[in-house]
Amino acid sequence: MLLKLALKNLVGAGLRTWLNVVVLSLAFVLIIAVQGLIQGMNHQAEQAMIATEVGGGHFQHPAYDPYDPLTLTDAHGPLPAPVASLVASGQAAAVLVTQGTIYPEGRLYTILVRGIDPGQKILNLPTAFLAAPTAGDEVPVLIGTRLAKMTGLKTGDAFTLQWRDARGTFDALDATVAEVFSTTVQTVDVGQIWVPLDRLRDMTGLPGQATYAVVANGTPAPAPGSAAPWIFRSREDFLSDLRALVKMKTVGSSIVYVIFLALAMLAIFDTQVLSIFRRRREMGTLMALGFTRGRVIALFTVEGLLYGVLGAVVAAIYGLPLLSWFARTGWAMPAGVDSYGFAIGQRLFPAFSAGLVAGTTLLVLIVTTIVSFLPTRRIARLKPTDALRGRVS
Amino acid sequence: MNESPLIVTRDLTKVYPMGQNPITALDRVSLSFAPGEFAGLVGPSGSGKTTLLNIIGSLDVPSEGSALVMGRRIETLSHREAARLRNRHIGFIFQTFNLLPVYSVYENVEFALLLLGDPPAARRRKVLAALEWVRLADRAKSRPSQLSGGESQRVAIARAVVKRPELVLADEPTANLDAENSHNILQTMEDLNRELGTTFLFATHDAKVIEHLRRKITLVDGRVTADEELGPAVRAGQVGPASVPGGRR
Repeated sequence: MLLKLALKNLVGAGLRTWLNVVVLSLAFVLIIAVQGLIQGMNHQAEQAMIATEVGGGHFQHPAYDPYDPLTLTDAHGPLPAPVASLVASGQAAAVLVTQGTIYPEGRLYTILVRGIDPGQKILNLPTAFLAAPTAGDEVPVLIGTRLAKMTGLKTGDAFTLQWRDARGTFDALDATVAEVFSTTVQTVDVGQIWVPLDRLRDMTGLPGQATYAVVANGTPAPAPGSAAPWIFRSREDFLSDLRALVKMKTVGSSIVYVIFLALAMLAIFDTQVLSIFRRRREMGTLMALGFTRGRVIALFTVEGLLYGVLGAVVAAIYGLPLLSWFARTGWAMPAGVDSYGFAIGQRLFPAFSAGLVAGTTLLVLIVTTIVSFLPTRRIARLKPTDALRGRVS
Repeated sequence: MNESPLIVTRDLTKVYPMGQNPITALDRVSLSFAPGEFAGLVGPSGSGKTTLLNIIGSLDVPSEGSALVMGRRIETLSHREAARLRNRHIGFIFQTFNLLPVYSVYENVEFALLLLGDPPAARRRKVLAALEWVRLADRAKSRPSQLSGGESQRVAIARAVVKRPELVLADEPTANLDAENSHNILQTMEDLNRELGTTFLFATHDAKVIEHLRRKITLVDGRVTADEELGPAVRAGQVGPASVPGGRR
């Protein structure tokens, strides 16, 4: 009966109800859209990182610290037998990393030189270009678009590459840009060049050595210590850094979330306060007919909850096709989005999970109910005689 | 009157604390009403009529004294018990009709039965019968906003009597009605009183209502100044009332 009466009251309130419902439905759709974008961004970044950098995890030389270039001098060694076996069977790709300097058009850039097998299929990098023959003794080099933009290099350009070998001796060679690749993952692009692994081993005097080996995605995690003293960093270890970054970035989106929700709740709260003020006589009548105060409070709270339910229904009517379209077409990212700090594509595709929709709906309904209930506490102090006279106690 | 009384008030006092000068709305009112009475509380504005009606209707509680309504002591009832008493045993009719605006005429009348938990078939039968009594069966689907004042009050009467309460409390039921509608309303209530045995207690200062009363209790400044039985001739204005000074106590 309460539900029926509440529904009738809402429908009877006409435009006021529909305005609230529309505001709430907008909050639903916008919250889900924004959260979907963040989820999509996160998902895209993870997938891109897995495909181009992380794979199924890395076996790393114990001295290697990717965040400390000074460790590179010592961070290389022969692959442990289990890792070498994986590399031999094509389930892993060895990478040797050393510091170097390039001099495109006479300018100097300190970079990392990464050596990788041109025939590898583990990472989504066009390393096959490294196998193309070059003129004379030139080193074929693969660079990303960001480095290309920074240095002004393009495919076919030559420049001087300098490095230190295993004995600490500086050496230099001419290098040619075999290909400029585009990637959303900055950590395989900015400040680094990719060269053939065997060539780098020759250049550095580190035959058969590597800094780390990328395991193919989907390969079962090795037993701890199985490749000692090399350390295995799992895919989750890498992604946890990214997720921490995403979490930090989502604080901003949470503010948007709270603003949308607060605006919708303000509308509900305002309506409830106005309702309680305007409908005192009706409350008195209900009490005279046998309603307890608790039942009147329940009626008004159910009315508020129904705003949320109607808002969800209306949001579903126009939000489902709208968000489906959005998920298909994505959102074109503005130029300069690279500065955001992690892999974002040219077009961002939101990901709307059932959990996101259900969670948002549940949260909005709970908050709506609470916001609807708060003003009704005044009814608890309402005397039926005052209510019948149109007064608030 | 050999029947046990439906309502008994003893030294009923109601004081409203208004800062330094509390207002005494009722001052030691002692009255008794038997089942089936058609009685009215009359007096000028502020004489305590509505306050007494509200206490009898368990919408308010006395400051002192006691009110026994259908065997229940009003001053000791919890909110829930008071709501239950109103729900099951008392019908209310208000000056401003107080119909629920979003409900149809039928639904307004049905509302009282919904609270009682009557099954749908029984509800329908009782609602249609109540609407027949007040001659509004043809307006069952109308909304309160589509009714005249007289029709609205008849709906309120149907709502008050549909659950067959022992007691109907009517606060200035004709104040917003013209003479013809007032007469029709009162005639309807008299018929219901006669046919169903429902006790009607009015708060009024409307002469049109007083003409229909069988008992008139005059309140002045919260005190009972007269309690009179009115015979048919008196109600027709032919002879003076059979006055019972001090009322039935």
